[in-house]
Amino acid sequence: IGHPEIFPLVFTTKTQEIFNCRVDEDVTEENCFKLIKKEDIIQDLKTRATISDFHPIKKVVLEYPGEELLVVFDAQFQYGQNFYLVASEEAKENLLKPPETAEEKEEEKEEENREETLEVHPYKPPVHKPWVSLGSEKEVEEESVKDTVTKIKYMISRVRRKFGAPITLTDKNASHVKDSYVECMSYQDKTFSIKKLEKDVGIQMVPKVREASTQTKWTYPKNAATQYFPRQLSNEEKEESLSSEKLKEFLTSVHLRMEIALQQNEIMNAFFDDWKALAEDESSSGGKPDVYLKAYQSFTDPRYLKDRTISCVCWHPTIYGIIAVSARERLSYEEQVNRSDKSLLQQSVILFWSFFDPIHPQLILECPEDIYCFQFSPSDPNIIAGGCINGQVVLWDISQHEEKLQNAKTVADEIKITADMVNASILNILQCIYMSPSLMQVQQSSTQPPPVRYCAVSSIQYSHKKPVTDIHWLPDNFEDNQMAATFEKRAEICVQLVTCSPDCTVLFWAIPATKFPSSEKVREKENFYMPLDVPDTSKHLDLCWKPLIKINLGESDTNTECGPVRISLRELHYHYKSSDKVESLNTLKVPTKKRPYTDMSTSSSKNLEVLENISTDFFIGTEDGEIVYSDWKMEIGSDSAKPASQKHTQKYTIHAETINTLQRSPFFKDIILSIGGRNFAIWNEGVTNGPILQSSCSTGRYTAGQWSLIRPGVFFIGRDNGNIDIWDLLKKTHEPSHFQNISGSMITFIRPWIASPNQHFLAVSDDLGVVHVLEICQTLSHPSRNE
Amino acid sequence: AEVEETLKRIQAHKGVIATIVINAEGIPVRTTLDNSTTVQYAGLLHQLTMKARSTVRDIDPQNELTFLRIRSKKHEIMVAPDKEYLLIVIQNPGE
Repeated sequence: IGHPEIFPLVFTTKTQEIFNCRVDEDVTEENCFKLIKKEDIIQDLKTRATISDFHPIKKVVLEYPGEELLVVFDAQFQYGQNFYLVASEEAKENLLKPPETAEEKEEEKEEENREETLEVHPYKPPVHKPWVSLGSEKEVEEESVKDTVTKIKYMISRVRRKFGAPITLTDKNASHVKDSYVECMSYQDKTFSIKKLEKDVGIQMVPKVREASTQTKWTYPKNAATQYFPRQLSNEEKEESLSSEKLKEFLTSVHLRMEIALQQNEIMNAFFDDWKALAEDESSSGGKPDVYLKAYQSFTDPRYLKDRTISCVCWHPTIYGIIAVSARERLSYEEQVNRSDKSLLQQSVILFWSFFDPIHPQLILECPEDIYCFQFSPSDPNIIAGGCINGQVVLWDISQHEEKLQNAKTVADEIKITADMVNASILNILQCIYMSPSLMQVQQSSTQPPPVRYCAVSSIQYSHKKPVTDIHWLPDNFEDNQMAATFEKRAEICVQLVTCSPDCTVLFWAIPATKFPSSEKVREKENFYMPLDVPDTSKHLDLCWKPLIKINLGESDTNTECGPVRISLRELHYHYKSSDKVESLNTLKVPTKKRPYTDMSTSSSKNLEVLENISTDFFIGTEDGEIVYSDWKMEIGSDSAKPASQKHTQKYTIHAETINTLQRSPFFKDIILSIGGRNFAIWNEGVTNGPILQSSCSTGRYTAGQWSLIRPGVFFIGRDNGNIDIWDLLKKTHEPSHFQNISGSMITFIRPWIASPNQHFLAVSDDLGVVHVLEICQTLSHPSRNE
Repeated sequence: AEVEETLKRIQAHKGVIATIVINAEGIPVRTTLDNSTTVQYAGLLHQLTMKARSTVRDIDPQNELTFLRIRSKKHEIMVAPDKEYLLIVIQNPGE
């Protein structure tokens, strides 16, 4: 309400009567003021004490300075009650008067408003009043900018002509001139060492970071093994179970079924696929004849093979693609027979060719004479034995060049080899051979392959008198000595050679051997010169080699000479891989005759067993076209000290001319193919009354032939017109199944070879000195079932 | 005696390579092969026979395995099972 002098009161009717302020009688809304004397109020207070309406404001009343108090009828209950008391004189006055004046003013305003519409109030301009300073001048004075010092004026003038003149500027080092510059060095002023009490630091709120790591358990694999052994019954348990009833019952119940099953299997093979078997036969027999020999390569050398014919072709048993070819003078048949020692115009050689280099021979083996035939040793392909045209037997060792042969590639230049040493091979020996070291050193030229000198030549007097026409290595499971008993060999190396020649002899030779040349004694029986810088000595039988056994044919009752040209022993199947170890066995049963030889090697021969069951039969094809079948086993004749010669068993004359091939089938040991003249024949060793197959005479002469190595019924025959006939006995037996022309001249030699399971080669040599290597096609390479 | 005779008769059939008798646990009782091979055959064939037997039984509980023949490229293995023993014969079928 905000009026501290106003006190709202409630007047009851009684009070109103007393003070004559009855509502709507004495006091109305317009006339709402009533002055009440103070004494009256006090009296009322005394009389009525607490029930007096003035009781709440008793104090105010008593303190009221004036005589009369104003009570105002509050019709609108402005102050909350119907009456209110004004407690101060001033307020009383104001209330009494201003309402009047307010009323008057209101009346006046109304009047004025009426009047304004009629008159303009006179304008009174504002009257200047004197300015009263309140202290703001000082602030203004302080803030204003005034010059403290009078400004100094400078006037600078210059002569006019100097204006605009060219200016030259030079550099001057400031440090050269003294006082050209003034330095203001910094110094530590002690008065300014203020300790920093406050420091401005920035702080940033950052989330708390924590590093943590975990690791999973790494299981690494560990090898664990369990060792176990099978449970087995002890012997007693076995015995017990064997005799138990249960086993008997079991067997009685079971064996019937088992026997039925076994018999079923015996009767026929339930799983045999007839359809498939039929298909295979069909394709092979009735198919189109795509039988052919594909020309693979051919080798010839103008230097060495000029005017020469190739006498023998041999494949290197282990190294792929190496073929060796021996050449000899091309002589007609008569000249060959009547040949006497002719001086050689050309060095006779054996050439090694490689598939990868058709132009240059890889290796050249020097021969003392023309080589008629040669063979690689089956146990050590680095030993080559050859038979010369004058009857000697020559031996080469090419172990030094083995690596070169293996790495033969299309290299035009050959490697320079300055020294060529020839070692003897590794074999055991049994007999006395005069040996002497001999090493030749050969200088090489850089463009030629190194010629390899032979390391052994048999002695002339003990060799054949006529050309050695056939040479074979004896297989590694037996060898014989002068006692002509065959022994089982200890090591798996071929020791011996057999040669035959038209001088009616068959000679057996043995190769001397040393493992470590330096450890053996050197026996010198002849003088030779030791070439310079020969590092080691090896045993050698140059010109001293003697044959081991000599078999004379034709010595016996018949006077006809029997000049063997080809020989085929029974056990001539070589293993070019390492054969099984031969175990040494019982002691030798040999009559204790004085042996005219000493053991040269430490591995004695005393532990070899005499083999009784090796067949010593052999076939000989002779010059005259006879096939002789006899036995070379010596019998120790009781009457003479010298062993008696063997007995002839069979002699067949089928061919008209010289036999040029006598070969056992690689599949059947007792089937032999003989080719001579105009026909060929196939023999079975057990059948003695004749060949099992004999061909009719053909138009040309057959000059060479070989069994196929893969298919048992196929063999190749070369003719004098340069054709190769392929005979397939399963297809046709009366004529060749296929023939193909290879060269223009006579075919001199054929040699098949299995280089790899897919590549089968046939080496064909002809009279012109060319070796053709042909690839045998698929049909000829794969045997059909049950062939 | 009888046992020996029967076994000999079986062994004498054409093409038979080996005969083995093993007991229910797979331990060879009687054999004509060397020990290591026998043990190998016994162990493997025993397991196989058990498996075959259980297979036949599972398919038809009234049924049971009477004979087992394994034909391979090189030969045929024949197994005759029984309650306590197993007779194994290896034969090369004639061809």
